[in-house]
Amino acid sequence: MNIWIEQQRALIDFTLASLARRKARNLGLLAVYTLLVFVLASVALFSHALRHEATRVLADAPEIVLQRLVAGRHDLIPPGYLEKIGNIRGVQKMEGRLWGYYYDPVIKANYTFMVPSAGGVERGTIVIGAALERVRGLALETGISFRAYSGKLYSFVVADILPHDSELVSADLVLMHEDDFRTFFEFPAGHYTDIALAVANPQEVRNIAAKLAAALPDSRPILREEMLRTYASIFAWREGIVLAILSGAILAFAILAWDKAAGLSAEEKREIGILKAIGWETGDVIRMKIWEGVLISLTAFLVGYVAAYLHVFRGGGVLFEPVLKGWAVLYPRFQLAPEIDGLAVATLFFFTVVPYTAAVLVPIWRAATTDPDAVMR
Amino acid sequence: MIELIEVRKAFNQGKHNEFWALDGINLCIEAHRVTALCGPSGSGKTTLLTLIGCLARPTSGRARFKGEDISGLPERFLTQLRRRSFGFVFQQFNLIRGLSAEENIMLPAAPSGLPQHVVRARAAMLLDRLRLAHRRTARVEWLSGGEQQRVAIARALINDPEVLIADEPTANLDTTLAREFLAILESFASEGRTVILSSHDPLVIQSAAVHRVINMRDGRIVANYHDA
Repeated sequence: MNIWIEQQRALIDFTLASLARRKARNLGLLAVYTLLVFVLASVALFSHALRHEATRVLADAPEIVLQRLVAGRHDLIPPGYLEKIGNIRGVQKMEGRLWGYYYDPVIKANYTFMVPSAGGVERGTIVIGAALERVRGLALETGISFRAYSGKLYSFVVADILPHDSELVSADLVLMHEDDFRTFFEFPAGHYTDIALAVANPQEVRNIAAKLAAALPDSRPILREEMLRTYASIFAWREGIVLAILSGAILAFAILAWDKAAGLSAEEKREIGILKAIGWETGDVIRMKIWEGVLISLTAFLVGYVAAYLHVFRGGGVLFEPVLKGWAVLYPRFQLAPEIDGLAVATLFFFTVVPYTAAVLVPIWRAATTDPDAVMR
Repeated sequence: MIELIEVRKAFNQGKHNEFWALDGINLCIEAHRVTALCGPSGSGKTTLLTLIGCLARPTSGRARFKGEDISGLPERFLTQLRRRSFGFVFQQFNLIRGLSAEENIMLPAAPSGLPQHVVRARAAMLLDRLRLAHRRTARVEWLSGGEQQRVAIARALINDPEVLIADEPTANLDTTLAREFLAILESFASEGRTVILSSHDPLVIQSAAVHRVINMRDGRIVANYHDA
C-alpha cells in the first residue's frame, strides 16, 4: 500500500512539474474549464434552488383553486357557488378569494391587490411587498394614492411590509381590507375572484376536482400539483434558454479541450519514449496521464462549483438573475436557500471530468505502447 | 554477467525493407569492467546495446543476464529488470526539457515506490558527487553540454544499477569533457559497476579506463581486444 502511495506521489509530482512547464497554456485551459463549470453549475444550482423555493412557498397554497370561465376567459365567481360546493363531500374548507391586478403608471408595473383570507388589515391601510417598498420608496405609516380604473383617487397608509423570505411570490403584492378592495375595483357584492378549497384527503384531490367540474360546468379547478408543475416547467424552460445561449461556448471549449488533450506533440511523444527507456512501464505512463487529466478537470470542477455556489447563494446569482428569475419592473430580491441536488452534481461531474480525462488517455495509449528502444534509434 | 548466444536482430522483418542489424553475435561481458563496442556507423553497436540493456528483444538467439534467460521475458518484467539493473546515458542525453536537473535525475525512481525523501537524498548525493549541486534547481536546457551529460549520468545511477550503458557518450563533448567522462567511468568500474559503451572515438577506445574493446562491422563482431 505504501509503495503504491509513494508511486502515485512521484507520478503526481512529475505531472505537476510537467504541467508547470507550459504554465500559460495550462492555466488558460484551467481558467476556461473552470469558467465553463462555473456557468453550468450556476445555472443548475440557481434553477434547482428556485424550484425548491417555489415548492416551499406553494406548499401552503390551497389544494384546489376554482375559477369561473366565460368564453374561455377568467370571470368572477357569482353568488351561490360557495353553497353548491358545500354539498361536495371531502371538501374540508372553502373560501372565496378577492384579488386583482392594478397597473401603476408611475413605475409602469403591475401590482397584485389582494384581500388576505385571515383578514387583519384595517380599512384605509395596506400591507405591501418588499419590491413595492423599494421601488416606490415607501415606509411604514407613509401614505400612497392609487387612481382606480373608475378614475377616482384612493389613499392608503402602509401598515406593514411583507417579510423578505416570501419575496419570490409576494414582491408585487398589496394586501387590503375587503371593503377597500370592493370599493376600489367597484367589485360587486357577493362576487369573488376565485374560490380556494382545502381537501381533507390528498388522495381525493383529483376526484373532488372531477366532481367540481361536473357540478359547476362553467368552472375550472386548478390543482396545486399543476401549479407546481407549471413553475417547474417555467424554470426548466428558462434554464434551457440559458444553456442554449451557452451551447456555443460549451462547444468551443469542447473543441479546445479535445485539441489540447487528444493532440500529442512530437515533444510529448519523445518524452514518453524517454520515460519508457529509463524504466517506466506502459502502465506508469498511462497513470501519469490519468493524473494529468484528473488534476486539471477535478481542479476546474471543484473551483468552478464552489465559485458557482458562492455566486448563487452568496452573490444572489447576479449573472443569470434576469433570465432565471424572470423579467419584471418589481424585481423580487431574495436570498436563495442553499440547496444542492446530488444527481445534478454527479451529472455535471460526469460530463466535465470524465470526457476530459478520457480525451487525455486515448492518444497516450498508442504512444505509451511504442518500443522503448525508439529513443536510441 | 551478460551472455549473448547466436543473437540476431532484424528490423522490418518480412517487409521489402527488411534489415538485419545484428547477425550471429556470440559474446560474454564480464562484470565490474568497462567494455567498449566500436565500429563505423551502421555496424550494429547501438542495436547491441539495446539488447543488452533490455530495451529490445533479439529476433533470434538467446540473451542471458546473470545466468537468467531474458530474451523471452514479457515487456513488464523486462522493464522491471531494466529499471533495477541498468542505467542509460544516451547520445543526445535525452533529458526532459523544462524540468530541473534534480527532477530529471529522480525520474527513473518514480515507478519504484521508494519514499520521495530517500530518492531526493540520493539525487543530492549524486549531484554532489558529479559537482552539480549548485545546478540542482536549474532547468536542464540552461546547462552546458558537460553539465547535461553529468545530469544524464546521475539519472542513470539513481536506481543504483549494476550495469551502466552509454551510447556514444563523448560524441557531443570536447576533449577535456571527454577525458572527464572517462575518469568518471573508471571510478564506476572501481566501485564494482559494469560499464558498457559504444563509441568510435579513438580517445575512448585507446583510454586506459576501457578494459575491453569489441570491434563490430555489418552486425558482426570482427575483433575483440582485452587489456593486459
